[in-house]
Amino acid sequence: MFFLELILKNAFRHKLRAFLTILGAALAILAFGLLQTIVDAWVGGVDNAAANRLMTRGALSMFTSLPEAYKAKIKAVPGVTLVSPEAFFGGYYVDERKRFPNFGVDPEVYLELHPEYRIPDEQRRAFLADRRGAMAGRKLMKRFGWKPGDAVTLKTHMYDGDWTFVIRAVYQDANEDANEDLFVFHWNYLKETLKKEGSTQAGRVGVFSVGIDDGSKAAAIARDIDERFKNSPVETQTETEKAFFLRRVTDSEAIILGVRMLSFLVIGVILAVTANAMGMSVRERMGEFAVLKTLGFSGQALAGFILGESLTVSLLGCALGLCALPFLTGAISGPLSDFFPALRVTRQTCLIGAEAGFFLGAASAALPALRASRARIAEGLRRIG
Amino acid sequence: MAEPLIRIEHAFKSYRRGDRITPVLEDISFDIACGEFLALVGPSGSGKSTLLNLIAGIDVPDSGKILFLGQDIGQLSENELAAWRSAHVGFIFQFYNLIPVLTAQQNVELPLTLTGLSGRERKEHAARALAAVNLSDRMDHRPSQLSGGQQQRVAIARAIAADPALLVADEPTGDLDRESAEDILRLLENLNARLGKTIVMVTHDQRAASAAHLTRRLNKGVLDVLP
Ligand SMILES: Nc1ncnc2c1ncn2[C@@H]1O[C@H](COP(=O)(O)OP(=O)(O)OP(=O)(O)O)[C@@H](O)[C@H]1O
Ligand SMILES: [Mg+2]
Repeated sequence: MFFLELILKNAFRHKLRAFLTILGAALAILAFGLLQTIVDAWVGGVDNAAANRLMTRGALSMFTSLPEAYKAKIKAVPGVTLVSPEAFFGGYYVDERKRFPNFGVDPEVYLELHPEYRIPDEQRRAFLADRRGAMAGRKLMKRFGWKPGDAVTLKTHMYDGDWTFVIRAVYQDANEDANEDLFVFHWNYLKETLKKEGSTQAGRVGVFSVGIDDGSKAAAIARDIDERFKNSPVETQTETEKAFFLRRVTDSEAIILGVRMLSFLVIGVILAVTANAMGMSVRERMGEFAVLKTLGFSGQALAGFILGESLTVSLLGCALGLCALPFLTGAISGPLSDFFPALRVTRQTCLIGAEAGFFLGAASAALPALRASRARIAEGLRRIG
Repeated sequence: MAEPLIRIEHAFKSYRRGDRITPVLEDISFDIACGEFLALVGPSGSGKSTLLNLIAGIDVPDSGKILFLGQDIGQLSENELAAWRSAHVGFIFQFYNLIPVLTAQQNVELPLTLTGLSGRERKEHAARALAAVNLSDRMDHRPSQLSGGQQQRVAIARAIAADPALLVADEPTGDLDRESAEDILRLLENLNARLGKTIVMVTHDQRAASAAHLTRRLNKGVLDVLP
């Protein structure tokens, strides 16, 4: 207790300096956390990808569509248990800039493929029973202020006209970090409507989502599937869901890497500042440390005091920054929602932030502590008297 | 003759700055008896503080021995020496050297944290030491809220709190007006006479030296006894 009080009093001996250092550390951790959170939102989904799901798409590009008949052929491949179309729809609700993923699926298979989407039983039944029914994520519902049972009208550049769906189910993702912003509906409804209109796109599917019985055989099964469509009019490329999501992200990989590096750079910059403040504060007190040593305190004890002071300041700053982080991400989530569906501060980011706080404290104390613990008493005393 | 508290045997000490070596103490040998009140005088730069540092275990001689009740303190490791100082030596400096963020009471308590005393016992000891220097009414003051003489009294309370056998003082009255200086000297005389503390005091002040039983003059590294 005595030493805790001594450490706290020393840490706040220069109020302004301590305050500015804490503020600096807080801002740095805030910047670090914000950058990390943005990157997390960007690559979101990748980490939640299941190992036992594959994606089959046209080999030429993301935009070639596959015939409906492929479904049965894929299903026939050994190891494949479930196949659902995922027909990209490109729909938007009122405001074209407010994007969210929406596609037509085979609801029954799709829900079986995605056990992580939790919905109440009666909603599940209602969704499956209604040809025009749709299922939406909890956060998406909140974003647009929808209620279950609402009829919502989407427009898309891919097909003409207004498309009205009735929201029958709202899912909650078992994974806390998930975006919960999907909007899925009956692919049959899309197909039949297009057929009635005589569209050539009727019955075309962008991607098939494929469930397999053994995640460890993913590579072999994927090869097997693609083998089936060799030399057919539309060849396929099958990969794990993770690889599929990653492809979406790889284009921006350099930027992501850059942003991640930037976020650590911020920590480096503040380290220079806190280390300097700590160094200054210890240099000013070398005489005092000599007195403490004279009284019988060991070099290690002095190092402990200095580390304690440094940690006090850094951890306070870090805590302040982490506390402010959700408010900041919350505030910019709105304006940024066109780019990032959901800015969510992950536990991982908080953990790294806290570690950064410890690192800041320890690293800025290291040199001054070494100096103070090694300094010769006689020299220190000469300075003061 | 009884065993001396401190025996200095052929102590040499020089300082090296770059490749220039300044000899400061040359072959110093003398005893300090238990209960002695010794004044060390001499011109500025003659090595008084250096010698005091050797006696108090703050510094070690280049050669020669410092024996405390027969034990060669030069053999101790740095941490052992620190523990030895905290147990046996009380320090009084010219500029008091109190910790500015701590109250008078906490300053006195500080060296007691190195003993096995509980928090309550520490507070009691500190209160008693402050009473001994007549500062019971200033326990909660910070050093900056005390006069020079009062700060030096707190420093003396800090020096005696752990009840060491030896007190060393480097010009304890050097920064004080005459009246406060008299106060401090009377206090030291008292500690010597009543509690039997052995005191080694470096001073420039003739009056201060006369408070001691014995005065030794250091001149160009050589020591002689003044009448
Ligand atoms: N760390 C050091 N490095 C180099 N020289 C030193 C060092 N400490 C002391 N000296 C030199 O040793 C000599 C004795 O110094 P010391 O401080 O012991 O003298 P002093 O008698 O206490 O003087 P004063 O009365 O001025 O306090 C001086 O010449 C001083 O310059
Ligand atoms: Mg001196």
